[in-house]
Amino acid sequence: MTTATPKYRNNFLKEVEANVEEGHWVKMCMQCGVCAGSCPLGPHWQHSPQKIFMMIRAGKREEVLTSDSMWMCTSCYNCIVRCPRKLPITHIMHGLANYAHRLGMAPKGQPTEAIAKLFWDNLVKTGRVNELKFSLAMYFKDGFVQGIKNAMAMQGIGLGLVKAKRLNPMEILGGHACKDKSGIQKMVAKAREIEDRRKGFSGAGA
Amino acid sequence: MTASIATNQTILVVGGGIAGMTAALEAAECGKQVLLVEKTPTLGGRTAQLYRYFPKMCHPTCGMEINLKRIKGNPNVRVMTMTQVVAVGGGRGDYNVTLKVSPRYVNENCTACRKCGEAVSAEIPDAYNYGLGKVKAAYLPHAMAYPQRYVIDASIVGTPEGEKAKAACPVNAVDLGMQEETLEINVGAVVWATGWRPFDANKIQPYGYDRIANVITSVEFERLADPHGPTGGKLLRPSDGKEAKNIAFIQCAGSRDENYLRHCSRICCMASLKQTQYVREAYGDAGKSTVYYIDIRAIDRFEDFYAMVWKDPTVSFVKSKVARIAENEANGNPVLHGVDTEGYHRYATEHDLVVLAVGMEPEVSGVKLPDDIIIDSSNFIEGSKDGGMFGAGAAASPLDVNRAVQSATAASLKAIQVIHKNASTEAA
Ligand SMILES: Cc1cc2nc3c(=O)[nH]c(=O)nc-3n(C[C@H](O)[C@H](O)[C@H](O)COP(=O)(O)OP(=O)(O)OC[C@H]3O[C@@H](n4cnc5c(N)ncnc54)[C@H](O)[C@@H]3O)c2cc1C
Ligand code: SF4
Ligand code: SF4
Ligand code: SF4
Ligand code: SF4
Repeated sequence: MTTATPKYRNNFLKEVEANVEEGHWVKMCMQCGVCAGSCPLGPHWQHSPQKIFMMIRAGKREEVLTSDSMWMCTSCYNCIVRCPRKLPITHIMHGLANYAHRLGMAPKGQPTEAIAKLFWDNLVKTGRVNELKFSLAMYFKDGFVQGIKNAMAMQGIGLGLVKAKRLNPMEILGGHACKDKSGIQKMVAKAREIEDRRKGFSGAGA
Repeated sequence: MTASIATNQTILVVGGGIAGMTAALEAAECGKQVLLVEKTPTLGGRTAQLYRYFPKMCHPTCGMEINLKRIKGNPNVRVMTMTQVVAVGGGRGDYNVTLKVSPRYVNENCTACRKCGEAVSAEIPDAYNYGLGKVKAAYLPHAMAYPQRYVIDASIVGTPEGEKAKAACPVNAVDLGMQEETLEINVGAVVWATGWRPFDANKIQPYGYDRIANVITSVEFERLADPHGPTGGKLLRPSDGKEAKNIAFIQCAGSRDENYLRHCSRICCMASLKQTQYVREAYGDAGKSTVYYIDIRAIDRFEDFYAMVWKDPTVSFVKSKVARIAENEANGNPVLHGVDTEGYHRYATEHDLVVLAVGMEPEVSGVKLPDDIIIDSSNFIEGSKDGGMFGAGAAASPLDVNRAVQSATAASLKAIQVIHKNASTEAA
């Protein structure tokens, strides 16, 4: 657990405003329902953005942060362009997901969370994303057998990418890094430190 | 050409709707000289295009008739139709105004005998009915038009059709040689009563106004309900001319939306509540109205009207801003998609006809106003820096008729004060 929690126990909206990216917009929602009705994934989620914003205001901390709804957002931006109040809904969704992750409250085995983490680790290691390693790690995240199945299923796309010079098979041998790898790593560590200090995290849930 | 129709003792009122007529009359009845200019061929403005008025459900004719009688009987008001303000120079108490007068091609001799209209066959879109239906190119704008004088549309001037109109006229009123005129006048104060226009529903792409025949606007619905309208007062839907009995009203179509109009248009909740009663009037208990809304804003005493409609079993309310409209291609019914706020239920509901309660946008949006004019973030006119020009009616704020009239009276009083100051400085 982190130090952030007790301070806000009685006021989840304030907590969101302070700690979640673009969280200060949540109070501007007028509950019109346009985002909920416009989200292409809407029918498949437990809670639409509209409902999530109301739950935040109603103090439903546990339900919101353990929900997998915000992890389902595909960043299609349909909600943002249509929201009559211009709430940056997509960003709030990602902000909430990130916050839940930092608190260790994200639902166990949430695939978007796992992929995001793979992507991040991959990036921090060399300063750039090694697409080949990233894809392989993604395929094999559920074990070896499932990984082979996934890789076989994606074979066509993979070969297409190689042909179009979007994927270099030689990258498997280490791949190239950015010029100042350790500089990037230091920068990321510093940014993390500043964020943790500002939001009162003790470094948990990285 | 400089006309001596006005001096710095004159109040210029721009726009001859209910607000402009009121502002002009209030000042004229206080003994001030007033010039009332209107850009269309008739006074009356948009209220003349309503079927009935809330809250008392009376016909617009009543209010109009009284005002026209006052105007006809008052020599202090001079009315110029088909006239627009092109430029305003000078300052408070002493403005130089340039007016552009478009040719009507019909002079004062006209008795509105209809003969020219019967003689021509060319037709133009009927502006009075918001383009639903057509009128002859020699026409009277509508039954209550003032002046009661025909108009020859410029499109037939110089054609055999124009000559037919001229030949048909028994009193030599058709003058096809009329030209556009520019006038320079001098006035002391200006009241801008230029009113509003319906927000362009095509801009709200998810609602498919441009794609789905049976999605119409609230101003069009007023015309459908009116016996003088294109359907003779029957609520016939555009796609197949069938009677629409299950009608949806979508509130805030364009209003309260940072992507379109950021203000609440204030009258459209009441307009839709009123229109549900047109449905009841047409079908009794067999009609069905559904109002999709964010909040119902029936301001102050209109609350009683809302309470009355709320009790009507033919009217139901869904608290939700509709996300998008699709079309059932088999029967032409619009299908409304969204999520309601009371329980977050997802719906996909079919109706015979959808009425978009479009917002009120200032008519002067996009028009170049004098530099001195102060407008708010939605282009409504607040006044002028020099304190000699005033907004009135729907030009100043989205107002219902009653409030537009109050606002016009207030603007008129301020204009009178400017003129008084002029008179006293000249005397001194
Ligand atoms: C669907 C709908 C239903 C409504 N129903 C009701 C109702 O039942 N009861 C009610 O109280 N209110 C109702 N309203 C509101 C009502 O229409 C307005 O309150 C009223 O029209 C305001 O009058 P106005 O004179 O300020 O503006 P307008 O009626 O718009 O008149 C402005 C006049 O100025 C002229 N003009 C514009 N620009 C210029 C220019 N540059 N130069 C010269 N002339 C110009 C125009 O041609 C027009 O004649 C309704 C509105 C809508 C949208
Ligand atoms: S569209 Fe915007 S205002 Fe409407 S419910 Fe969604 S977030 Fe709230
Ligand atoms: S950006 Fe995310 S929340 Fe918004 S509509 Fe797309 S999927 Fe839904
Ligand atoms: S212009 Fe002539 S023909 Fe036409 S209505 Fe007037 S008087 Fe009659
Ligand atoms: S009056 Fe009603 S419909 Fe019109 S903008 Fe305001 S809330 Fe929306």
